Amino acid sequence: MDFDVIIIGSGPGGYVTAIRASQLGLKTAIVEREVLGGICLNWGCIPTKALLKSAEVYEQLGHLGDYGLKVEKASFDFAGIVERSRKVAAQLNSGVGFLMKKHKIEVIEGTAKLEKGTGAPKVLVALKAGGVRTVTARHVILATGARARTIPAIGLEPDGDRVWTYREALTPKAAPKSLIVIGSGAIGIEFASFYRALGSDVTVIEALPRILPVEDEEVSKAAHKAFEKRGLKFRVGVGVKKLSRSKTGVSIELEAGGKTETLTADVAIVAVGIVGNVEDLGLEALGVKVEKTHIVTDGHGATGVPGLYAIGDVAGPPWLAHKASHEGVHCIEHIAGLKPANLTSPIPGCTYSTPQIASVGLTEAQAKAQGIEVKVGRFPFRVNGKAIASGELDGFVKTVFDGKTGALIGAHMIGAEVTEMIQGYVLAMTLEATEAELHATVYPHPTMSEAMHESALDAFGKVLHI
Amino acid sequence: MSIDILMPALSPTMEEGTLAKWHVKKGDVVKSGDVIAEIETDKATMEVEAVDEGVVEDILVPEGTEEVKVNTPIAKLSGEGEAPAPVAKAPEAPKAEAAAAPPARVEAPRPAQAAPAPRPAGERIFVSPLARRLAEQKGLDLSGVQGSGPHGRIIKADVEAARPGRPSAAPTAAAAAPRPVPSLAQLGIPDGSYDLVPLDGMRRTVARRLTDSFRDVPHFPLNLDLEIDGLLAARVKINAMLEKQGVKVSVNDLVIKAAAIALMQVPEANASYSPDGIAMHHHADIAMAVALENGLITPIIRQAELKGLAQIAREAKDLAERARTRKLKPEEFQGGTFSVSNLGMFGVRSFSSILNEPQGAILSVGAGEKRPVVKGDQLAIATVMSVTLTCDHRVVDGAIGARWLQAFKTLIEDPITMIV
Repeated sequence: MDFDVIIIGSGPGGYVTAIRASQLGLKTAIVEREVLGGICLNWGCIPTKALLKSAEVYEQLGHLGDYGLKVEKASFDFAGIVERSRKVAAQLNSGVGFLMKKHKIEVIEGTAKLEKGTGAPKVLVALKAGGVRTVTARHVILATGARARTIPAIGLEPDGDRVWTYREALTPKAAPKSLIVIGSGAIGIEFASFYRALGSDVTVIEALPRILPVEDEEVSKAAHKAFEKRGLKFRVGVGVKKLSRSKTGVSIELEAGGKTETLTADVAIVAVGIVGNVEDLGLEALGVKVEKTHIVTDGHGATGVPGLYAIGDVAGPPWLAHKASHEGVHCIEHIAGLKPANLTSPIPGCTYSTPQIASVGLTEAQAKAQGIEVKVGRFPFRVNGKAIASGELDGFVKTVFDGKTGALIGAHMIGAEVTEMIQGYVLAMTLEATEAELHATVYPHPTMSEAMHESALDAFGKVLHI
Repeated sequence: MSIDILMPALSPTMEEGTLAKWHVKKGDVVKSGDVIAEIETDKATMEVEAVDEGVVEDILVPEGTEEVKVNTPIAKLSGEGEAPAPVAKAPEAPKAEAAAAPPARVEAPRPAQAAPAPRPAGERIFVSPLARRLAEQKGLDLSGVQGSGPHGRIIKADVEAARPGRPSAAPTAAAAAPRPVPSLAQLGIPDGSYDLVPLDGMRRTVARRLTDSFRDVPHFPLNLDLEIDGLLAARVKINAMLEKQGVKVSVNDLVIKAAAIALMQVPEANASYSPDGIAMHHHADIAMAVALENGLITPIIRQAELKGLAQIAREAKDLAERARTRKLKPEEFQGGTFSVSNLGMFGVRSFSSILNEPQGAILSVGAGEKRPVVKGDQLAIATVMSVTLTCDHRVVDGAIGARWLQAFKTLIEDPITMIV
């Protein structure tokens, strides 16, 4: 055996797992076919946040008068915005390299494929430098991640010019004049928000009846309104029949309620979901169970093939970096025999548009569908002192409690900086807090987080500032 | 205000211990950090230091008291400069002679074998707010519920799985009742014809653990003779080299090293049975049996496969010395993946040890002695050492044990192979 553990993929699932493995005294290697840090650091979470920060600051410039400030002719340098985003990604990428070195994790650059071995599968790496290196370990963890779903049959696939996925959308030469975003999940909404802030004419198409369909309905509605106020256009409940290239851009045939129509734009971004990276890994020959492009695993990431595990995006939704890291740490601690607590912690989700959206747990509708007798609390930021002082009046905090037990079972927030606040509720849910603890907690004044207290109070008829 | 000094837990699994010795008496002034008492558990004696300052107001548990439960007040300390407060009697202070009750298990009960013991009344129960509320709503007594959350905290899932009246959600297969031991008088040995030496913690643990192991683990011995002339010659050379460092490598140190390497070569022998599966250990943590005046203990040389002979010799000497003065820390004798027991120094030719659970095997090493051997078709003289490997058949099958012995024999008979 060359190693105790080989991890395939160095995204936030893989590299975090590798660090934990090394901390547990396991001899660890990580295989990466592109760049350390995976999509998250290089083409996902981080560079989009850099772009969105630029957009947010630029948008603020338009409201300087509200704060008694003045600026002569605000403008932006698109190339500079993209360059900053790439620099941020590069910094974090080298940070992961440093962490690998610090923890004595061997980084093998190349594309991995599995073959039956004695015990765990063998890992054959087609090295970037040329040649094939075969490595063996007692445990192999797949953390190969996922990518944008494409539907070539109807033209939904990137062409590197007019049709983009998140990947092309991160490094264009200029903001398109007009843009159609297909799909209104977090990725679609973030790009729509970014390009709209920089002046593009943006239309978002959603097949389901509302945007951000995984969020609570009230949040979807409020987001829809807030985005429209910023000039975003939406077409919900419409299906894309075909996307075609034209000389000057794209044209998209839509179908809604039996009628068809055509929309045109300079560029289209395809954000219609995620598929797991399960191809070319030799999974079939090993008998690894794959369902809907994702590897089927047990509660600890085990695939059923001896010594083979899968974590993160490739092991199924939600496709979130923090979920991947969490699963990875659990998986390696389980392998090391530490008996970690079951993977039952609630997983928050965040969308970094303006306004921001953050949520955890069940929506009101999901809770009701489970037959739970719910108690719902709401509190708007427009009556919160800090929000008023900051000029951040959009949005609210909604909490969903189990009326019988008082357990907090869901929280849904929209507004400024809510992505930084949601962890208060995540912690409460992880600790299995009830309304009693949330009511008894002291929130600092003045902060927007006071709205979180008020929302929990409101659910039990005790709200103070309304 | 006076402060209760409580019986400390010297290890996470300790439930009770013997208050071996007081270093202070009523009226003494103590400072934080002063050694005030010695506590003896089943395996070690440890010193208890004062955390607070003050005057010893009263000693609540006399020296020599056995089975003092963790967290029982053992003494009272008055705050500095305060008049001593009236003496309060320790609640349920166990009396020295009250040893009739069977001793409680010292280790945490293993899941899937026994129901968890209900917690003593008044002990803090760690439970999530939601779990507490659900228990109230179900009328469930939490003192018998085993928590599955971090640090054993009781969480929602535990309460949902538990039924009122049932102590726990954990499977409750009945543990085999211990065999009743008839009194000596019943067996024809009259009272007064002997002196009774009270069972100390260590003797109880030895009795219980080895009875459990011998009865419950399907074990079998494998014997092999090794020629050790090469090993003895190598040892002379090694010791000549190490003389300057003041280190002397014993045959047993060489046996430990060879055993560790053999465990890496045959990892199936470095394993433990558990209801969840076979634990294949990453390192060879070799427990070495050390005889004490009135018992034995098995301190551990961790990751012995990675250590040089000089280091093993040094560690073994230090551990054995501290074992004899009962100064080992719990982490120095708990765990271990394989044991070596050597009675060669007493001239014992061969014996088979009882498995040290949960280890998959234990090696018994006999005396090295000159014996006639057949070489080619000639009778010759060689120094021969007989060893016996006792195996847990649930983990180590006959062929695995034999392969391990083969690997061990090669290493011992041709010690240069140990450095490959």
